[in-house]
Amino acid sequence: MDLLAHLPALQVVVPMLSAPLIVLLQPRGLAWAGATAVAVLSFAIAVTLALAVLDGQTVEYAMGGWPAPYGIALSVDAFSSLVLLVITGAAAAALLAAKPSIDQQIEAERQPLFYSAWLLVLSGLVGIVVSADAFNIFVFMEISSLASYILIAGGPDRRALPAVFKYLMMGTIGATFYLIGVGLIYMMTGTLNLADMEARIGDVIDINPILVAAGFITIGLALKAAVFPLHVWVPNAYTHAPHMVTVFLAACATKVALYVLIRFDYMVFQTKLDDHEVQFAMFLMPLAILGILIASAVAMFEGHLKRLLASSSVAQIGYILLGASFLSLAGLTASAMHIFNHALAKGGLFLAVACLAYQYRDLRLNQLGGASARMPWTCAAFVVCGLSLIGVPGTAGFISKWVLINAALESGAWGWALVAIILVSSLMAVVYIWRIVEALYFQEPVEGNDQISEAPIQILLVTGLVAVLNIYFGLFPQVPLELANSAAVLLLEGSR
Amino acid sequence: MNLLELLGYFNYWVFAIILTVGLYAVINKTNLIKKLIGLSIFQSAVFLMYITMDKVEGGTAPIIQAGVEDQVFSNPLPQVLILTAIVVGVSTLSLGLAMVVRISECYGTIEENEILDSD
Repeated sequence: MDLLAHLPALQVVVPMLSAPLIVLLQPRGLAWAGATAVAVLSFAIAVTLALAVLDGQTVEYAMGGWPAPYGIALSVDAFSSLVLLVITGAAAAALLAAKPSIDQQIEAERQPLFYSAWLLVLSGLVGIVVSADAFNIFVFMEISSLASYILIAGGPDRRALPAVFKYLMMGTIGATFYLIGVGLIYMMTGTLNLADMEARIGDVIDINPILVAAGFITIGLALKAAVFPLHVWVPNAYTHAPHMVTVFLAACATKVALYVLIRFDYMVFQTKLDDHEVQFAMFLMPLAILGILIASAVAMFEGHLKRLLASSSVAQIGYILLGASFLSLAGLTASAMHIFNHALAKGGLFLAVACLAYQYRDLRLNQLGGASARMPWTCAAFVVCGLSLIGVPGTAGFISKWVLINAALESGAWGWALVAIILVSSLMAVVYIWRIVEALYFQEPVEGNDQISEAPIQILLVTGLVAVLNIYFGLFPQVPLELANSAAVLLLEGSR
Repeated sequence: MNLLELLGYFNYWVFAIILTVGLYAVINKTNLIKKLIGLSIFQSAVFLMYITMDKVEGGTAPIIQAGVEDQVFSNPLPQVLILTAIVVGVSTLSLGLAMVVRISECYGTIEENEILDSD
């Protein structure tokens, strides 16, 4: 098909050009409808690309007709198409559900601007993923970050403002570190194209600037990806953001930075730098393990529903990183798989939270008593997604934990210790999800909450759909597993 | 490494110093405006690094002219890149300042510790 060749560009251009047009749609509801249509269209593009990639193609696009090492290239392979599915799926699902919740939280006259910023985040995130040019990635990273600061600060909660300020500081430092790293590599190789970079690093005589660059890029992206201990901006930013924004960003924003981190370290550095794989693994694996254990422990004692789930997100980033630091096919498959499955589980959980938040003003656990009687469907969806987050067999979360445990067992003498850590942290997940379930199902209702009924059908349907998908991909994981597997093969081919 | 070699890297030393000065201000200052100033200084250091690395000794502007051949010219690409990065820096700064305005409206202060105390 002829259009297929242009899809990588359209994936970015469609939401980017729609964003300013959405601002013009002032009449009530139109901005939402427009933004949702664009997000669904983006999702359709991502699905088409994924189908092409499943056929074994890599879709390349040369911007403006300039061939790859000189012009800016876009390319979609198995890894990027998996992440594209996550981003556009999360954006489309959150927007489909968003209207009642956004109407409640954001004044009507500011809504067009809000949806416009949403589309800019979407186009920035997909831009990062399709781009094969290091500087282009930086620009898209900043587009998506700046727009997401606006989204997070857009809600009625004033505590979002200091949280966003902190996010802005840390995000900008992260992006600038990345920029320094790219500059140092450009200095030594004279190229910005990722594939070209990899080919030319071998000819560099003085390797020190490249080593420094690897450090800057890894730290900068770890800041953006909220890798423990650089995660301090996450809990407040996710907690005080408008609920639908939390759904969108928690499902994909940090994972895109991880995607770039994995891509850079595997495709550019590992082939050419001596022992880089060992340095990468020895540096990131302890951070991943600490992140998993400490963030899960924090979540166990957290009293606020959204903050609890935000802490758990930091732990889940640890799982993705742990898989990548095994440096094996199984480990990378687990990593890519967990990017997909965690987005499903956490997206579903935050959607259910948005349902609860529509009716309950106060999301502290001790205020949510008796919610199951008032909102049975919401609570059921929450439990399903919670089981998926824990990794109970039959849900999507189980698949990635299973692959991860297999990878840990393959990884050598310390494999058993790693398996023990994964199991302990899963038990911790049982504890913190159980605390929420206990509050929803068994706690005495708080006075004055007896008028509450089920959330609007629009949010509820999407939440239910995501919950069902969590089970569907737990029983039939072939498609994401195949994409994750070919992504892992691709990444390791680069490092050989 | 002798003194001359050290001086030869003068611009990169300045880059490193400006970078750390900016980072220090971001971490150590409690006033949000001062933090943003620090962030701006931090970013300008990177601009200096890019501009320094494109300079070729004796190089001129890369313009094609009839009759001029074999002219040494400076690499224009980092300048173009850093122009984009400057735009990004300006947008970040203006967004940050807008946030400070809203923080000041909502909290009545722009001192970080006072904001933390009032929530």
